[in-house]
Amino acid sequence: MGKNVTIDAKGMHYTPLNRMIRQAVAEGSEEIVLENVLGQRFIANGLRGEATITVHGVPGGDLCMFMSGPTCVVHGNADHAPGNTMNDGKVVIHGSAGDAVAHSMRGGTVFVRDNIGYRGGIHMKQYDEKRPILVVGKNAQSFLGEYMAGGLLIVLGMDGSTYTGRGVGSGIHGGEIIIRGDVDESLLGVGATKLPLTDDDRMRIAPVIREFAEAFGLDPEPLINAEYTRIIPASSRPFAGKYTWE
Amino acid sequence: MDGSAIKRALSMMNERGSGEGAGYVAYGAYPEYEDCYALHVFFDNIHETKRTLEAMLEQWGHIVHDERIRTYDQPNLRTVHIPWRYFFKPYAGLMAHSTSPEDDIVSQIVMKINTAHTGALIYSSGKNVGVFKAAGWPEEVADFYRIEDYEGYIWLAHNRYPTNTPGWWGGAHPFNLLDWSVVHNGEITSYGTNRRYIESYGYICTMFTDTEVVAYLMDHLVRKQNLDADLAVRALAPPFWDDIDRMPEKEQDLNRALRLAYGPAMMNGPFAIVVANHEMMVGFTDRIKLRPLVVGEHGDRLYISSEEAAIRAMDPNVERISMPPAGKPIIGRVAR
Repeated sequence: MGKNVTIDAKGMHYTPLNRMIRQAVAEGSEEIVLENVLGQRFIANGLRGEATITVHGVPGGDLCMFMSGPTCVVHGNADHAPGNTMNDGKVVIHGSAGDAVAHSMRGGTVFVRDNIGYRGGIHMKQYDEKRPILVVGKNAQSFLGEYMAGGLLIVLGMDGSTYTGRGVGSGIHGGEIIIRGDVDESLLGVGATKLPLTDDDRMRIAPVIREFAEAFGLDPEPLINAEYTRIIPASSRPFAGKYTWE
Repeated sequence: MDGSAIKRALSMMNERGSGEGAGYVAYGAYPEYEDCYALHVFFDNIHETKRTLEAMLEQWGHIVHDERIRTYDQPNLRTVHIPWRYFFKPYAGLMAHSTSPEDDIVSQIVMKINTAHTGALIYSSGKNVGVFKAAGWPEEVADFYRIEDYEGYIWLAHNRYPTNTPGWWGGAHPFNLLDWSVVHNGEITSYGTNRRYIESYGYICTMFTDTEVVAYLMDHLVRKQNLDADLAVRALAPPFWDDIDRMPEKEQDLNRALRLAYGPAMMNGPFAIVVANHEMMVGFTDRIKLRPLVVGEHGDRLYISSEEAAIRAMDPNVERISMPPAGKPIIGRVAR
């Protein structure tokens, strides 16, 4: 098998599809193109290495779950939880995604060009240099960053929309959520607090926004210079007294 | 449209089922008997129970036609019931005090038969509508009834993964009572409260699963309480109190009144539900969106599904795809 492989996934179950993807990677393929994808779950699950998987169509849930290293580019919408517990690598979605995007993500990057559903970034986490990133081009629905334990979550509101979901950062105890425009106090979840974005913050997120803009061929400067609200845990241990007493 | 497209769509989501229940409902299935109530019955055997049911039907009305529902043996689907259909006209004069006497007669026949443990279960009872379900995978159940032989202008279909109660033919979705049918993904954790409430109005839960209360609640709220479908959905999945506090005053009054009047109808727990009657289809989720719901539009067609891929399996050129906010009813009304 050469460096490029094309797989026609029409009507194929995800098990043989994933077997073919893993085999292609094992045989040294660097570019794997999947045509006619429709609803296949678990694409590129647990995949390691540095290959690029290009998906044409609408993949099913848990795209790139446990993936560690590869890049996956989707030309279409994704279903629930793309990037679920992903360890490393990159997922770029030219479209929207469903609920629980980047669920429990441990590292790597998920870029969604359009919108995401409920509970984006639920329980993202970080440890040492492992710091997952989720960037959403347009907007997100409620409970964004629920139970978030680490990582960086940015909502760019590129379509001029403002965040109107409830319970942002409900149960957040680590990481940060950065949302275009103001976020009304009433929308903050339990344990979350909001701060204005400082110049230092802006410098810190600028490279991430540049990378996002490059992935979708956008001008990064208006996005970098826009107004944002930063949402973080209300204290270092907001739930210290919740289940245990000291 | 015939049933082949929705069979294909449902099979896309076999991962969501366990082969223990699947079903379809078609509105417009019986144009030749559109003035009759189409009663679909599962008989355990036709020797003991059929006569009991027919005696009751003849007591309350007239059987215009009846026949065994055509089925086609499937290797992995065990036939445990005999599906039969009656086209039935009730005598309205026998319940003259009612505002909807025919519906009331049929509804009480359904409740009586289904609670009498006669070996007969009426699982479909509307006019020009038919439920086709069994314990099996979506394709098996579709092929068992040859669902592609039926035409409908509204279709609902469901693939069951029983969690809290056993999988059996009657427990497969859709659930139907009179004009209303329902399919549901999730658990209704408020089932006890909802059941006590709806049973106080004479509906009796017999299917050993939570979803049937939704069909009864919709029938009660829309037919008996005269609520519009969107208000009925708001009674089932109302806004949170803190959201109501932030509404304009008039809306606050309306939403408070709804929550107070229909508090025991409010459903809790994770759910994505689609209900339909002869003139509309309504999809909605629980208020914190613990189950998925995707909406597709193409011209005058509306699709509601757990996954976008299933919509695209029916209509690859679907024009608009969206994920509505939790609790918001998505209503498609039939263009006449």
